[in-house]
Amino acid sequence: MNLSYLLDPAHWDFSDGSIPMLIVSHLWYVLLSLAIGTVVALPIGLWIGHTGRGSFLAINAGNAGRSLPTLGLLMLMVTLLGLGLTPVLIALTVLVIPPVLTSAYAGIRNLDHRVVDAAKGVGMRPWQVLTKVELPMALPVLMSGFRSAALQVVATATVAAAVGLNGLGRLLIDGLAVNDYSRVLAGAIVVAVLAVVLDLILALAQRWVVSPGLSKR
Amino acid sequence: MMRTRLVVALISTLALTACGANSDPLSADTNKGGSSNSPSTITIGSANFAESELLGEIYAQALEAKGVQVKRQFNIGARELYLKALQDGSVDLLPEYNGALLSALAKGGAPEGVSKPDDVLAALKKVLPAGTEVLDQSAAEDKDTLTVTQATASKYNLKSIDDLKPVAGQLSIGAGPEWQERYQGLKGLKSLYGVVFKTFKPLDAGGPLTVNALVKGQIDVGNIFSTDSAISTNKLVVLADPRNLYLAENVLPLIRTQANNPTVSGALNAVSAKLTTENLTTYLAKVQVDKQDTKVVAKAFLTENGLA
Repeated sequence: MNLSYLLDPAHWDFSDGSIPMLIVSHLWYVLLSLAIGTVVALPIGLWIGHTGRGSFLAINAGNAGRSLPTLGLLMLMVTLLGLGLTPVLIALTVLVIPPVLTSAYAGIRNLDHRVVDAAKGVGMRPWQVLTKVELPMALPVLMSGFRSAALQVVATATVAAAVGLNGLGRLLIDGLAVNDYSRVLAGAIVVAVLAVVLDLILALAQRWVVSPGLSKR
Repeated sequence: MMRTRLVVALISTLALTACGANSDPLSADTNKGGSSNSPSTITIGSANFAESELLGEIYAQALEAKGVQVKRQFNIGARELYLKALQDGSVDLLPEYNGALLSALAKGGAPEGVSKPDDVLAALKKVLPAGTEVLDQSAAEDKDTLTVTQATASKYNLKSIDDLKPVAGQLSIGAGPEWQERYQGLKGLKSLYGVVFKTFKPLDAGGPLTVNALVKGQIDVGNIFSTDSAISTNKLVVLADPRNLYLAENVLPLIRTQANNPTVSGALNAVSAKLTTENLTTYLAKVQVDKQDTKVVAKAFLTENGLA
């Protein structure tokens, strides 16, 4: 077990299968599944939080999604759909939906009711209440849900390599297959660093999008 | 190649977390001081895949038929694990594959050029751990093959790996990820047969992914194991290997010398004499496809071959 694979410059030359190219494909899977998951889960979460209807569904769908084993789901999807990006994106999107949905719902439900009532009181329409009051004020909670989804997907996107795609999982799976533990270690380290860096970027984004009035800066 | 199956199994276990908790072979026997104290009972182990367990059960019932007391300790895990169990005496007997065992024991893997059954057996005997021996090897082989669909075979007129040479540049191959770097994968195909494929898809070694991708046409050539019943159920065509690239993988019993005696070796050699790739494939399909109980299938094998 050593760092030789990670430190070998030949593995950083942007050729096919090099670490930078694997990072690029890994991030591509991560971004796609985060985007799809957010597009699906955010409106539902906001609607449930705004109307208060269907919270039972939100909580239980969230928990059910979390308990699905990603690799099992992936293998099932590959059996049904064949190889390719789609089964991987489905399996990863299922990871994104629960935290985004529940944090959107919880962020809005837990707002101070007097603020929402005041917004209605000054004559805002429901849509304005949602977009101008509820959503901005729920952003800190929502962002934390999004960040935990991103962390989970960065770590789990390694499963793509189990079904013939690229991503940093290649280092883990190929390394195990040929008993090259230095490569496995390189994969684990790069995934961990990527997760931390992505979380830092999202933390900065959060500071930027959340209203200074809320973060009391 | 066994190793890859085990890696896949390991990954699934990590993901599903629920499997495999029932077997802890290394601790099961320790309070009895291993079976070395009672040489009349033979503890039979197996790796954690169906074929190994079926072979273990066949050995067990063949020995029972000769009045030998046996204890079953199946589904132990990967080779690394069960070889340790054999060496510390908690297991006496294991079904093994000559090529895979040689690759695991020889420093740097099986030597290039050693691939025919008898050569492999001779090389294996030199590297066996002290206190262990192998008995007669059977004709049954669970080995790597290059396999194509009937349609691909007739389109390019493929019968052996040699026929791939002119057309491989248009074809994709799916195999375990280790194929990219091992001699008995892409390297040997290139140097021994001059076959270079257009694309390589790292999938699983002869597992459901590869079979599925091959049948669905997402790969043209797949690495599938010779005892896989998917070959006959999907009417796949196994390409001949005239230059012996793939290591022989004959099934044979690996036993602790202490546990061996003429009755035991007689019973096991009689089993090996009857095992063929064809009948192993047939009986394995009864377990994997028809979901019959391993004990029932092993019994049927022994009865049909007059061994029990």
